[in-house]
Amino acid sequence: MRELSTGPGRVLVAVYAVFAVAATGRSLVQLGTDPGRAPLAYGLSLLAAVLYLVATTCLLRGGRTARRVALVAVTVEAVGVVVVGTLSYLATGLFPDKTVWSHFGQGYGFLPLVLPFLGLWWLRASAAPEAGNRLDVRG
Amino acid sequence: MTGWLVVTVLLLTAVAAAWTVLMIVRDESPPGDRFFVVLGVLLLALVVQLVGGVVALATTDRDVEAVTFVSYLVTVVLAPPFGAALALVERSRWGSAALLVALATVAAMEVRLEALWAAAGA
Repeated sequence: MRELSTGPGRVLVAVYAVFAVAATGRSLVQLGTDPGRAPLAYGLSLLAAVLYLVATTCLLRGGRTARRVALVAVTVEAVGVVVVGTLSYLATGLFPDKTVWSHFGQGYGFLPLVLPFLGLWWLRASAAPEAGNRLDVRG
Repeated sequence: MTGWLVVTVLLLTAVAAAWTVLMIVRDESPPGDRFFVVLGVLLLALVVQLVGGVVALATTDRDVEAVTFVSYLVTVVLAPPFGAALALVERSRWGSAALLVALATVAAMEVRLEALWAAAGA
């Protein structure tokens, strides 16, 4: 088992932190200036913000509980970006304004689409025993 | 907002990013002192941009989205120290990669700042 925040995890923490700040800022501005314009979109922005914040915190903290919480947050995030991304193309009327997840995160270089899957991969990869350790045990 | 300042920031960011890629390829970590000089100059340029941006916002007739604009001006200053901290804590290629993420963020935010200013029209 590897520490969640070390190695590749450090890059993931960096990207998640950026998105946590971006989504939080975006949702606060949207909800603070004109909440009635697109309540669903702004609510989803807020949900995305909370998920990114939770994921960032869990990646930084590490440990058993953090892993479990991170897994839930990142899974919801993966489902969210796929569902909202699809809906933003099919049911354009639902979203008068954009969210982080609209058009699969096009406004953010499609990173919101890639990020949850990178997160899931890292949660899995870091949970496996390290190759070096395994060799040590056998030797 | 003054275009040359954005260009300066983007050039410094590009130099730092290219250097970071080199460090990743050569597996040099943590970054050396000379790299941090470049990062320091970038940080200085971002602080100048923050002051200049706020002054420009206060004196312009353009209808710029003030809250978003100022949040970007402030947040972009935080990116290089954040990347530097990660690169110093994680003394491997991954630390440099995290630094590269921070620099890419600076570049993306600069483009967005310029777009926010331009969208407000002359």
